[in-house]
Amino acid sequence: MSIHLPALHQGRMPRRLRTQARSLTGIMLVAPATILAIALFFVPLVLMVWMSLNNWPILGAHRFAGTTNYRTAFHDPQFRHSVLFSLEFTVIVAVGLLVIGGVLAAVVAVRRRGVGVFRTAYFLPVVIGMASASYLWLWMLNPSVGLLNKMFLDLHIGRTPIQWLGSTGLAVTAVSVMTLWKLAGFSMLILMSGIQSVPADILDASMIDGASPLRQWLRIKIPLMRTHIALVLVFGVAGGFLAFDQFYIMTHGSPGTSTLTSVFDIYNTSFVNFNLGYGAALSVIVMVVLLIFSVIQLLIVRGSSEY
Amino acid sequence: MRQAISPTQTTATISPPAASDGGAAGRPRRRPRSVAWYVLATLLALLFLLPLVLLLLTVFKTPDQAAATPPSYLPHHLSIGSFRSLFGSGVNLGPYVLNSLTVALGTVAGTLVLAVLGGYGFAIYRFRGRGVLFVALLAIFMVPFQSILTPLYVVLKDVHLQNSLLGLVLVYTTYQLPFGVFLMRSSFASIPRGISEAAEVDGAGTLSRLWRIHLRLAIPGVITVAIFAFIAAWNDFIAALILLSDQSKFTLPVELLTLETGQFGVINWGVLEAGVFISMVPCVLIFVFLQRYYLGGILSGAIK
Repeated sequence: MSIHLPALHQGRMPRRLRTQARSLTGIMLVAPATILAIALFFVPLVLMVWMSLNNWPILGAHRFAGTTNYRTAFHDPQFRHSVLFSLEFTVIVAVGLLVIGGVLAAVVAVRRRGVGVFRTAYFLPVVIGMASASYLWLWMLNPSVGLLNKMFLDLHIGRTPIQWLGSTGLAVTAVSVMTLWKLAGFSMLILMSGIQSVPADILDASMIDGASPLRQWLRIKIPLMRTHIALVLVFGVAGGFLAFDQFYIMTHGSPGTSTLTSVFDIYNTSFVNFNLGYGAALSVIVMVVLLIFSVIQLLIVRGSSEY
Repeated sequence: MRQAISPTQTTATISPPAASDGGAAGRPRRRPRSVAWYVLATLLALLFLLPLVLLLLTVFKTPDQAAATPPSYLPHHLSIGSFRSLFGSGVNLGPYVLNSLTVALGTVAGTLVLAVLGGYGFAIYRFRGRGVLFVALLAIFMVPFQSILTPLYVVLKDVHLQNSLLGLVLVYTTYQLPFGVFLMRSSFASIPRGISEAAEVDGAGTLSRLWRIHLRLAIPGVITVAIFAFIAAWNDFIAALILLSDQSKFTLPVELLTLETGQFGVINWGVLEAGVFISMVPCVLIFVFLQRYYLGGILSGAIK
């Protein structure tokens, strides 16, 4: 670009000194963010591993315990149950987001008058908090005052109000529907940008060749959208496997502990029973499970970019 | 980070009407299919807006009507009774709204300062370890903070920042850093180098150049980062639940728990839903008015 201008300035200072000064400025600029990241991310990360190897009560001294916490975790029926429950919920959320988000994306990835209004409507639940959404649905589903139950009765679906949060099956259904309602707009946005990234000339060419719309979806659009689909799955895995707010607010893990998620179990271990060392060990295990998911996702995205 | 998209570019691709590369769009359609599309799209919109509409109808009922069994759809007459009792003598939500606002605005301020300085450093200056450091900051993305709250609690307790709004602000700021620094770096990097070099010749110092020139050209990125920080901090539940122990410091979503539990076991649904309504208002307003920045931010953050 401008070659002669910086040369003017360089004349004032030896080049080596100038480079050093510039690199010092750069370091100073990124230092605040780096310091905070070290203090509240890297230190806790290392501490978590150290804590997991200790018996660590909330008050008093901690004692080194080796791998005891991990051995306990692998034989802990509650933890095993909560991880399996979280995995089940993850599958529901991830598949649901893909299907519902895909339908919404197909609807709004067109150019029509008013399409922006529809995009906004589908996306609106994404911006409200998961906790707020949970309180809202808790009320809607309430058998005596909730309006959703009244609507079901008025539509002659069931004769008595449904106890949505009374049994495990219905509770999981209700929380899943709420979660998908809240998050579907996000996957819609990602998949919509995927659909719009499919080159129009490829579609036109295939139409001239006589390809049906269904064939266009299966053979052209979906294969070209693999990165976007992988992204939605990653988002679904994070949203499903780390779910806490909606179960804490809507079910408290009930009936019994059947809807206790893995993060909920960690919360109980660390902050209700104050067994921080064991809670840290459970966190490490959950993090490793998530890392495995991430690696699989990376492999999918890698594969799709070679495609 | 294969395609670093600057916020201005991305906002252009999603803001309605759909972008020029509208893919499946643009081909002529026959009339009946167009009607079918509007019917389908409207039905879906009703489905997605239904919970919000029901909420809106209920918060303007009298508290008695809101708690009635069986419930009715429409308010008998419009009433702000539920809101009035939210700020009355029994439950007073005022301080908690203030706590939430303090934390959210504090997070916005903290994130903006660190992300602007950091993004500027990474975009404009070369120094040893720059690449490694940038990747290390992005690594925060990989570890969701739900899974790191146990050690975070211990660290904050050690420095007396547990049970403190400042501590909460610092936690939220840390987890906004990867997105913020990433977005600000690409915003600054898309500014032509010549502009910055011309200013350097003028003899302007680093910060004055950042303030007078670069920041002004990176305003869309700044707005996006601010929106994300605000919404994340305002909506967070789990970190506030774990890190705050005095009720006087609770943020709004945590305080709503005590309304859910109810006084004497009786839940005042009208009041609880009015509180939920208040907790949704800022996010909905931000989204409706600053949609471009918000959606552009998601796309540039996700597709990288």
